[in-house]
Amino acid sequence: MSDQGLSDQSSVNRRSVIDTLEIDVRLLGMLMAFAAVAVVFTIWTGGTFVGPRNVFNIAVQTVPVGIMACGMVFVIVARHIDLSVGSMLAMCSAIMAMCQTAWLPTVFGTEFGNSAVLAATVVIGLAFGTLMGAVTGWLVGYQRIPSFIVTLGGLFVWRNVNWFTTNGQSVSLTDPNLLMFGGTEGVLGSTASWILGFVASAVAVWGIVASRRNKQSHGFIVKPVWAETVMAGLIIGVILFFVGWLSRYPIPAAKLKRLFEARGEVMPDGYTAMHGLPISVLILIAVGVLMTVVARKTTFGRYIFATGGNPDAAELSGINTRVLTVKIFALMGFLCALAALVAQARLQSHGNDIGMLEELRVIAAAVIGGTALAGGVGTIYGAILGALIMQSLQSGMAMVGVDTPFQNIVVGLVLIIAVWVDILYRKRLGLSK
Amino acid sequence: MIDRTKPLVEMRDISISFGGIKAVDQVSIDLFPGEVVGLLGHNGAGKSTLIKCLSGAYQKDHGQILVNGEEVEINNPRDARDLNIETIYQTLALADNLDAASNLFLGREIKKRGIVDDAKMEAEARKIMGRLNPNFRKFNVPVSALSGGQRQSVAIARAVYFNAKILIMDEPTAALGPHETQMVAELIQELKAQGLGIFLIEHDIHNVMKLCDRASVMKNGQLVGTVDVKTVTDDDILAMIILGKKPGHLAA
Repeated sequence: MSDQGLSDQSSVNRRSVIDTLEIDVRLLGMLMAFAAVAVVFTIWTGGTFVGPRNVFNIAVQTVPVGIMACGMVFVIVARHIDLSVGSMLAMCSAIMAMCQTAWLPTVFGTEFGNSAVLAATVVIGLAFGTLMGAVTGWLVGYQRIPSFIVTLGGLFVWRNVNWFTTNGQSVSLTDPNLLMFGGTEGVLGSTASWILGFVASAVAVWGIVASRRNKQSHGFIVKPVWAETVMAGLIIGVILFFVGWLSRYPIPAAKLKRLFEARGEVMPDGYTAMHGLPISVLILIAVGVLMTVVARKTTFGRYIFATGGNPDAAELSGINTRVLTVKIFALMGFLCALAALVAQARLQSHGNDIGMLEELRVIAAAVIGGTALAGGVGTIYGAILGALIMQSLQSGMAMVGVDTPFQNIVVGLVLIIAVWVDILYRKRLGLSK
Repeated sequence: MIDRTKPLVEMRDISISFGGIKAVDQVSIDLFPGEVVGLLGHNGAGKSTLIKCLSGAYQKDHGQILVNGEEVEINNPRDARDLNIETIYQTLALADNLDAASNLFLGREIKKRGIVDDAKMEAEARKIMGRLNPNFRKFNVPVSALSGGQRQSVAIARAVYFNAKILIMDEPTAALGPHETQMVAELIQELKAQGLGIFLIEHDIHNVMKLCDRASVMKNGQLVGTVDVKTVTDDDILAMIILGKKPGHLAA
């Protein structure tokens, strides 16, 4: 009996610590799942899994799906779906590949590797992605065609317009400025990474302090100082650990030698350089932060969640849900174009199958990250974490020699189990029946 | 109390059809400042449809709407809001996944440098709720976790906060217990005293007798008549609802 009482007491205490820190319990669950995956594969691979090299690779491979998953959160929260993101990625990639290798050099009459060509390419690609999304949004919002149908059609249409755009050929991409967006070819190096890490930490602390002040100025009860300090410490810890870890991944000597030769210099003996943060990962982080701000701190984000919670209420509150739908899908299209840029730069080519089946991974990432298909609920960080968990699983399984078909089976099962656990958890808490 | 010099709202000869069926057929009603006008009738009599023309949820096919003596076009809920017309819907138009303050300010958020100022909105929400429902404490949970009465008070707070001049209440007490019904009744009296005009769609005849100054009865899309509540009995009004006839002593 006394044991029973004691354990009750401790569970109350544990709960109150989580409450005081105001950590999302669902986030905690995902972090634990992620940690479990990491621990299992680390033991299995004898430590290689968490080595700087593999962490770098997983981070870089997560980026395209992660970027699109951020947009997918908004789409699903607003009670829609977008099945065409993989095809839109391919379409944007095709446009950008043709722009930089064939169309623009002819129009401008420029040499290979001209940075104006690349800049124009990126602008055109992003604009085209936004336009594709806006068309989808118009068909869904104004013409009232279900998004499932519009984007299922889009999946077929864009995948094959993509084929015609390049005449079915793969396009090899070699512009070093483009490859910067891909990962390995575009890194900050260790010094710049550390500086950025410290700046990011400072911004995080400033954000916590500013939010606390704002709450206090209205006389609300705020978290105790120790709780804020713990949270700030955790955030800074994660940032600096990530930076530090990637700054321990050396660039191969042969590649450094080549880089020096390209500049017409000779590499000094014993010279080493580290990868540090890849630019593509910074793009994903920037997208994640901006989308979180949009979701929580702008009327656009507020209206998306309101529409997902109760579309009639949103309409009656004077929200123009049609324009909102166009904006949501246009944003999704923009992010597909951004993901296309990163994907083609990483692969150093545009192939017909680029982004194939990516729509399913993107939706799975959002759903594993706690986005409810019924609408109204979802977080950006959850979706990115969902993408990261899936990529880690696949990468880990590949490392220990699991065959590709079996990898896909596991990812499929994880998707179902993640949603199942979430449903059980919500039942337990009495959030749903 | 009621200023009869100039009507706040006049709806003249309003007609709406859905696929050939006349849901509202040439109905005219009006509302003066400080007055509560009850709208009565069976389900399907056209009360809600009529009033949705005023709140912007539907568009009338024929007829005129005048607010403060001027003809207005109300094409959507935003137009209605701009005319200080606020609606409290039977189905409680709240987004279940958002908290009370977010719902209160939905569509009209307080912003600071382009960013939604949640702290300020919560502070304002606490102020107004302190006045309407002092027991309300649940500011940091989604409104799906609130009781019917608490949800109703959020909906009413939304109308009150934005200085409604014309308030439309569609069965505001339908989902409420006796204590909460009393709270809403007191609130209606208070808003009346402030000079608001209120259209009250209500099924409970006792609430009508208690809260309304006049009652307009509809049947099959047509107006049976409008009576001064003080000059009739509840049986008279029931007869109008059921038989669709004005009571004998008023018919002349």
